[in-house]
Amino acid sequence: MKVLGKQENVHEFRDEILALCGEDTSNCVQCGKCTASCPIAPEMDLQPSQVLRHVQINSRKPVLQCSTIWLCASCETCSSRCPEGIEIATVMDTLRKLAVEEGLATGQEQIVAFNEIFLDSIKRHGRVFELGLVMRFNMASRQPLKDAHLGPVMLGKRKLSLLAHNIREKATVREIFRKSRRFFLGDKTGEAAD
Amino acid sequence: MTYSEVVEVKGFVGNFDVTIRRKPRYIDETKCTGCGECIEKCLAFAPNEWELGLGKRRAVYKPFAQGVPNVPVIDPEVCGHFTTGLCSVCSKICQADAIDYDQKDEFITEKFGVIIMATGFDQLDTSVYGEYGGGRFKDVITGLHLERMLEPSGPTGGHVIRPSNYKPAKRVVFIQCVGSRDEAKGMPYCSRICCMYTAKHAILLKDHVPDSQSYIFYIDIRTAGKNYEEFYKKAQREAGAIYIRGRVSKIYEKGDQLIVRGADTLIGEQIEVEADLVVLAAAAVPRGGAKELAKMLNIPCDDYGFFSEAHPKLQPVESVTKGIYVAGSCQFPKDVPDSVAMAGAATIKACSILSHDELTIDPKVAYVDPEVCSGCLNCIAVCPFDAIVAEVVNGKQVASIVQSLCHGCGNCASACRTKAANVRGFSDDQIYAQISAPFSPREEKSVEGAR
Amino acid sequence: MFSGKACEELNMRVGYYPGCSLESTAKEFDLSFRAICKGYGIDLVDIPDWNCCGASPAHQLNEELAFALPYRNLLKAEEGNVKTVVSPCPACYSHLLNTHNKVVERQVLGDRLTEMVGGSYQKSVVSKHLVDFLFRDIGVERIHESVKSPLQGLRVACYYGCLTRLPGVDIDDAENPTMMDAISSALGAEPLEWSHKTECCGASLSITRTDIGLRLANEILEAAQGVKADCIAVVCPLCQSNLDMRQADVAKKYGRLYNLPLIYLTQLIGLALGMGSEDLGLDKLVVDPLPVLRTKGVL
Repeated sequence: MKVLGKQENVHEFRDEILALCGEDTSNCVQCGKCTASCPIAPEMDLQPSQVLRHVQINSRKPVLQCSTIWLCASCETCSSRCPEGIEIATVMDTLRKLAVEEGLATGQEQIVAFNEIFLDSIKRHGRVFELGLVMRFNMASRQPLKDAHLGPVMLGKRKLSLLAHNIREKATVREIFRKSRRFFLGDKTGEAAD
Repeated sequence: MTYSEVVEVKGFVGNFDVTIRRKPRYIDETKCTGCGECIEKCLAFAPNEWELGLGKRRAVYKPFAQGVPNVPVIDPEVCGHFTTGLCSVCSKICQADAIDYDQKDEFITEKFGVIIMATGFDQLDTSVYGEYGGGRFKDVITGLHLERMLEPSGPTGGHVIRPSNYKPAKRVVFIQCVGSRDEAKGMPYCSRICCMYTAKHAILLKDHVPDSQSYIFYIDIRTAGKNYEEFYKKAQREAGAIYIRGRVSKIYEKGDQLIVRGADTLIGEQIEVEADLVVLAAAAVPRGGAKELAKMLNIPCDDYGFFSEAHPKLQPVESVTKGIYVAGSCQFPKDVPDSVAMAGAATIKACSILSHDELTIDPKVAYVDPEVCSGCLNCIAVCPFDAIVAEVVNGKQVASIVQSLCHGCGNCASACRTKAANVRGFSDDQIYAQISAPFSPREEKSVEGAR
Repeated sequence: MFSGKACEELNMRVGYYPGCSLESTAKEFDLSFRAICKGYGIDLVDIPDWNCCGASPAHQLNEELAFALPYRNLLKAEEGNVKTVVSPCPACYSHLLNTHNKVVERQVLGDRLTEMVGGSYQKSVVSKHLVDFLFRDIGVERIHESVKSPLQGLRVACYYGCLTRLPGVDIDDAENPTMMDAISSALGAEPLEWSHKTECCGASLSITRTDIGLRLANEILEAAQGVKADCIAVVCPLCQSNLDMRQADVAKKYGRLYNLPLIYLTQLIGLALGMGSEDLGLDKLVVDPLPVLRTKGVL
């Protein structure tokens, strides 16, 4: 049961999301159109409108631990239909980063793993080495033979390279990775992102 | 005066000069007996606006059965006589010899003491919602279309059918708030009347089609009024309507069915309903041309075109301009009892103006000292109520306040370069006196002395 | 090159950002786009040494990275002296566009990216998505006039995917777009009205949650089959692979046989312009398009 009215600032989570991505979740009237529009709603544990509800009442953990934020495909159907003009897909993005930052991303761990392997591929080569990505993911998720039946088809049509392609300036890309911070927080004086 | 429109309004309360354009019916009202023979024999057809395109009418037609006077009108854009010059069937048929193809616009200017605005509302064009078909699906209609279908004398004889194939509509989905409470694509406000009329539709539908099932997608049910909550319960308990809390994201066709995809936020799931007919509760918007009409009458209206009341709490039926009143949905969507109440209030207030020879007004109005006035007429430009006119006094052009229109806002006083214009009780000198008083030295009196 | 004065007028030099998919799983998209550009006399200049735009993982995990990766590509575009950059992949296009817009909007961001990537972006690049480029820059009229073998009788379900909803995309109507349909008509084909034009196919979850990708693919294929489509025209490498490469898996899971080829719009254009099926990479499509194309007399 959630208890409100103690020491907390009930707007804390809302304020945090607003500061990080500029979306004001208090504008949501819980009409449900985002939930109705989401192609992946049937598989999500929390519905998109419920995620916004949790933010509104400062309910942090359930949101950061849900599967919803990882199953979101960023198709932007919700954002394009929201009657209040809230960019819900952007809120999902911010929640993903917060979840990872706080080590609470338990909703769909294999998706986090996939994302990290994907980015690692870019870090090493400057581009994604698709075969490498799939193989590493299969290993990490303990499904070594997953999609193996597609390999011969794609290789046969010369649509899959057996070797990674490196860009010339891959060292620059490596530098970019080293310097990048999870959130862009404006200038050094701490100006919040819009 | 029917089939007429106001084209110009001049003057002020008690003395409005209104120019009215009487459009030609092409039928002589003094001769016509309302027999309807001309209508029966007319050969030209057009979509019927009253039936919202669900049925057709003739070129010579009565807009609706209960129209007053009981005289038809000819639509020159469709009528064979006007378009081709070849047809005169109605004229030949008419036993009263009432057809007159040569009628023209007639302009009348008359004096009126008061004006009451009661121009009503329209429905938002729901085709802006591409996700609901964008107007392409025949079986997606509005509440007003359903009203026409439920009407025994309507285009379907009281049968609720699917416009696509004329089969009876058994599974009907109602969607509330289409275009209302929508900051992104529609109107941000709540249209007030839809929750009640949708409940009514569900109840009537059950009456007309006993084996029908209604599904109503809503965000909040706003049935606040005498017996309204009970009515909403009746729709559920007696008419068996299922209320689903959640907006609809999309309507699409699958074969000859409509699939309505929405959400039930109360159980936290997407819901799909297979429907024969979908009825959209379209937002109520001001009647087309409301903004232009407001300009013509010099009354303020809001961003949407609803006429502004003088005070949202204390003066709901008076417009800001004296002598002009507002009643009904032209001020904001409302239902029948509220409209009737407003109309009564507006009428009695209007009558109180008309029943006196003189008008009593607030004394806090502006005045212009003609001796000091330079005649620059700057004040006329800044007066928001058009309450200042130019006059000639002692051979000099000066500004003069029309007191019955003045609201005492003081714009003229601040715009006046010569201090000729002031508001009674608030002249510059009086204001300076008020400011100086606390700062002037004065003798301390004893408490007893002060008493 | 084509004959006809409509084609001789085009003398364009356009930057090209293929993106990772077009180098591998969507090779035929790259082949067919290059082929038709060559035909219209468009000089496609590959962005020199381009890097991956970051796709979904970057913006999901790291905000600065999500800007910095496209930023480098924008810099490279300016280095390569191109003003307009076309990206066939909607995601790549969206990232380039979004980075450009945000940098224009906020100097603070531009400064940070300069610091991270090195080199200062002059904000000169105009990003175009493929459909816009075909519809406006090449032009529907020109495409129509250069048709040699009209795709007569080919019933095409145009699938836009989530392209129309991406922020900043200039497409006619997000809910019922018509640009691809107009191009299909111009090719002599018969574009169909159908319910799933803009429904998400779930391709971004194709590897991690294949079940979701298959469910959504099934819904889309079912809807296309419902309107008796001969093929589905696509403009996104991910949509194409989810609906094509995995069509057999969909059939197995849901017990439905679709046999619906997923043909890139650029391949359809190439066919209508009389180009060879191998030049357009038709043989690289998993669900073989040749039978239906032969039946309809297109090939």
